[in-house]
Amino acid sequence: MTTRSTPVHARWVRLTHWVAAASVVALAFSGVEILMVHPRLYWGEVGNDLTPPILELPISRNHRHGGWTTPAPLLDGPGAPVSAGRTFEIFNQNGWGRSLHFLAGWMLVAAGLFYVLAGIIAGHFRRHFLGGREALSVAALWRDLRAHLRGFVPLPTGGPDYGPLQRISYVVVIFLVAPLLVLTGLTMSPAVAAAAPVLLDLFGGHQSARTLHFAAFAVLMLFFVAHVVMVIRSGLGRQVRAMTVGDRT
Amino acid sequence: MTARPRLVTRREALVAGVAAGGGVLLGGCTRPTPPTYGSLLRLGDNFTYLAHRTLLPGESLVREYSHADLTSFPAVGTINPASAKRAEVAGTYRRWLASDFGEWRLSVTGSVARPGTWSLAELKRLPSRTQITKHVCEEGWTAIGEWTGVPLSRVLDAAGLQPSARFVTFKSLDRRYDSIDLLDALHPQTLLAYGMNGRDLPVAHGAPLRLRVERQIGYKSMKYLTELIVTDDLDDGGARGYPKNGWAWYNGI
Repeated sequence: MTTRSTPVHARWVRLTHWVAAASVVALAFSGVEILMVHPRLYWGEVGNDLTPPILELPISRNHRHGGWTTPAPLLDGPGAPVSAGRTFEIFNQNGWGRSLHFLAGWMLVAAGLFYVLAGIIAGHFRRHFLGGREALSVAALWRDLRAHLRGFVPLPTGGPDYGPLQRISYVVVIFLVAPLLVLTGLTMSPAVAAAAPVLLDLFGGHQSARTLHFAAFAVLMLFFVAHVVMVIRSGLGRQVRAMTVGDRT
Repeated sequence: MTARPRLVTRREALVAGVAAGGGVLLGGCTRPTPPTYGSLLRLGDNFTYLAHRTLLPGESLVREYSHADLTSFPAVGTINPASAKRAEVAGTYRRWLASDFGEWRLSVTGSVARPGTWSLAELKRLPSRTQITKHVCEEGWTAIGEWTGVPLSRVLDAAGLQPSARFVTFKSLDRRYDSIDLLDALHPQTLLAYGMNGRDLPVAHGAPLRLRVERQIGYKSMKYLTELIVTDDLDDGGARGYPKNGWAWYNGI
């Protein structure tokens, strides 16, 4: 057995993996609840029931509930902004929903920062994301893509010997999707947006950030499903053992 | 094998670094926080509060917009106290409306040198501030409105804060009970607003007087204000307050 060619997952990789996994499940659950309270998406700074959405999601009784009092103008003149009150008791569990979302968010940020710092210091990214020239070639990527499309699943290595597509998906999720989720989330915080208004400019406003937050969530869920499917197809028991106790057998 | 001890050293350095980062936040632990009522979620809310107070600059202002940016604005929560289920709330509000809010008073008590009451006319004689800001509702929507009112700090100055004062507690006609710390209370954009979009504050938006706490979520901007109590200790309102009812006391996130 050559330890160098088939390394096991480092203890800090296993630990941060499961903290992140638990956080993502809690974030997805509470995030869907939060979206159900206002299942409308907008672009720009402002969006509410009295302004047009770019997308309405039929995911709760709040979808197009239509229970509004007659709109009253808030300014003089035609086409003035209006105000209206609800005559419909909406679904709203944001008390626990938001608090769980932020609690899990803090956990994910802590685990994520630890993972990225440790990954740089321990050379994890250098060795397992960038290392092994042959895995980074176009030919290898093409081979890997065709193998995946044919449904061929390689045996699990029980360690960080990631394939080309696997590397790409990890890099996209860790260095693109996760930071986008965190930054768009922070943009929606009135206290953070006051301290760093550049976030509002970066994403085109509060509601644009909210829409992008949802889009990034959708990509993350695609990754989540693909990840779990690949873990199951390549040997669930062995993969889970490798990611918990760090066993290669 | 020679690489091993070096790797451990790096790992130890990393752990030390993370611990030092946590130590920065621990500095905020002397700050009073609302009770958690045994809930991990409330503990998370308190962590957010400490993190914001430790990491964010206290003086930052929210972005202000132009008149052309004003948008439609839903009114949620209580929108007409005159038709409230509680007879005393409805009765009181009808009397206020009949007197054009001449009978309305705001009481200012607690840790102040000069407790007293303010009529609407008296508040309007104080220097005012008008700001066009974005309201961020916990439900997920936003709206831009123009608010005119007296900065809360002016009223607190007039009352004379005692050196022991740390929080401002608010009560409303529709029986809401909430508080903010002095950092938010003395913030230049924290208003006691009596005007919206250049007109008197509409009934649905909290007439005659509502709070604007711009760096927190909309529900902290209490409508139909009646009482303002300056306190030395944090008063979350107990059974009437937000934390006990499952909502965060600090909601700047």
